[in-house]
Amino acid sequence: MAINHLAPEQTEQFADNIVGFARALRSAGMPVGPGAVIDAMSALQVIDIGNRSDVFTTLEAIFVKRHEHALIFKQAFNLFFRASEEWKHMLDSVPLPEQAKKKPQAGARRVQEAMSQPRMTETPQHQEQDLRLSVSDKEILQKKDFAQMSAAEITEALRAVERMHLPQAELLTRRHRPDARGLRLDLRRTLRASLRTGGEIIDIHRLGRIEKPAPIVALLDISGSMSEYTRLFLHFLHAITDARKRVSVFLFGTRLTNVTRALRQRDPDEALASCSASVEDWAGGTRISASLHNFNKLWARRVLSQGAIVLLISDGLEREADSRLAFEMDRLHRSCRRLIWLNPLLRFGGFEAKAQGIKMMLPHVDEFRPVHNLSSIQELITTLSQPLPPHHRSLIRSAA
Amino acid sequence: MTSAANTSGANTSVGLPASVDAMLELLTSRGYLAERSLATVTYLSLRMGRPLFLEGEAGVGKTEIAKVLSAALGRKLIRLQCYEGLDVSSAVYEWNSAAQMIAIRMAEAAGDTDRDQLSSDIFADRYMIKRPLLQALEPDVAGPPVLLIDELDRADEAFEAYLLEILSDFQVTIPEFGTVKAPHPPIVIITSNRTREIHDALKRRCLYHWVDYPAAERELAIVKTRVPGISAKLSQQVVRFVQALRNQDFYKSPGVAETIDWATALSELDARSLTPQVVGDTLGALLKYQDDITRMQGDALQKVLKEATSEN
Repeated sequence: MAINHLAPEQTEQFADNIVGFARALRSAGMPVGPGAVIDAMSALQVIDIGNRSDVFTTLEAIFVKRHEHALIFKQAFNLFFRASEEWKHMLDSVPLPEQAKKKPQAGARRVQEAMSQPRMTETPQHQEQDLRLSVSDKEILQKKDFAQMSAAEITEALRAVERMHLPQAELLTRRHRPDARGLRLDLRRTLRASLRTGGEIIDIHRLGRIEKPAPIVALLDISGSMSEYTRLFLHFLHAITDARKRVSVFLFGTRLTNVTRALRQRDPDEALASCSASVEDWAGGTRISASLHNFNKLWARRVLSQGAIVLLISDGLEREADSRLAFEMDRLHRSCRRLIWLNPLLRFGGFEAKAQGIKMMLPHVDEFRPVHNLSSIQELITTLSQPLPPHHRSLIRSAA
Repeated sequence: MTSAANTSGANTSVGLPASVDAMLELLTSRGYLAERSLATVTYLSLRMGRPLFLEGEAGVGKTEIAKVLSAALGRKLIRLQCYEGLDVSSAVYEWNSAAQMIAIRMAEAAGDTDRDQLSSDIFADRYMIKRPLLQALEPDVAGPPVLLIDELDRADEAFEAYLLEILSDFQVTIPEFGTVKAPHPPIVIITSNRTREIHDALKRRCLYHWVDYPAAERELAIVKTRVPGISAKLSQQVVRFVQALRNQDFYKSPGVAETIDWATALSELDARSLTPQVVGDTLGALLKYQDDITRMQGDALQKVLKEATSEN
């Protein structure tokens, strides 16, 4: 840095302060790299450090890279640089948030389960007993309702879910790449090749459009009535988050939580643990209407903008079903490419849409499917890979 | 990059501001009434030679600051509007293939068969069509230009990754041509409406700032500057009304740009003060969703209107 109006000993104390502050931010869960510390040092040399609010803005511009971190930063700044202008090292006084404490190790649960006796709380039903005589165990597992599975069967089902691969419903983008059978002429490449033959064009190079999978946005109901299914669905969502790039996952009960980042973690157990840590209303009541409203307002424009497919996983048992619910469903439906409602209640043969909430939601979905066992999840995967409705067909091609 | 920024002042027509206050003054002189925090980060980005990444709701003046900056500093404004599918050939450069082909034929006709000579002739500067990013790296008599990369969230991830090289080294590599490096880095302003999260790797290279809706006094000052003929009473009511609307649970709250639009519309209609009639007729200048407009009828409108016109 060319400008240096600070005395050497001051600069040193300064550096200590900034390094300490960066460490405090890091332990509060913000991603702060060493590069940012160097930036902060050089930035503070070109502004008037006597002006507290300018120092605040300067450090904020360098350390905060997401709007969500602004609040943490503000609190940390106020704690660290007390108003007394006493540039004192106060790392120990910054309270550490929960997540900075020691994490339970990934896979701990699986190890624990492996060590203990499997719990067998379930009493097999007669019908299933009969089936067991004629059909192989695997097929029973395919048809068995998640809610009736024993611990061992759930483990088996989880493994099956992890093995499932989501075929990609392809979106044609407007970007191109070399493709011998493409429709567009690649003049640049053709010309370059022609120079090798002294300007004679022998090979014509072509460009094809790049395809990529459509984004998937999953809204998973984690209220009490869904509790037997949520863990499995989370596993399913974790498996697809792992396999493709643009997947966003939201959980909702009485409020909406974005768990996409948590699910990105490699190990499913670690990911699920971190999901449940970030959700406050696990297995509580349902407020579908309010949750959808929050989603529409805060997230829809950010995650649905590129033609996403929405998976709404819920039983639709809403406590306060009124016209707002229909309104929010309609808005959601209009802002995505395709809205698929997955409802475990559909497992009952004579299911009728009697509940008020379900009646209000049904007109606004493109598809209404059961998801209560492995074969229905498999069917869902097949559906997702099929060509989308005609009015979108120009942009989409099935990978199957 | 910081050393380059410090020397770049040498050949500019207007010197860079020397302090945050000078920056604030410079923006104000061009009719942009910025919060002090925005002036601070802008000043820093100039001094440190870092791109400035501005995020915030639509219509809070993110794009405007690039325009004002280029006008105030006397620099060229180069704008790259992002969209999905934006690729190198429309953002950086493209070869003029038709002209190249003619040149090949001409060489052939003249009996010129030296291949190496031909290829260096063909891939020369004059056959290159320069797009915004390459233009921004070129030296300019008035000093490094202002490069506005607008609504980066609309471009796809692949383009964002491409920007990394340009934004950290201010250079572009062209296979047939070599590397083009800016003698002095341009002033880069990137805006995003957050329709998608921008990757941390890109943000790390920038100074980040969240541009918020202005407070009431500032918005009032903005309205007075941008809509000169408006009466004091009306401008006050307009600002109070808009500020009250932002507290409501709308799908899309009105930005400053909408406030200015609305104030202009009202002053064109010769309105003296806000009445249910005139507000109802012009609400479309403020709210852009039918659902939001429907919600603002009857009692809800009366309530906000009463709030806005209570004093005076």
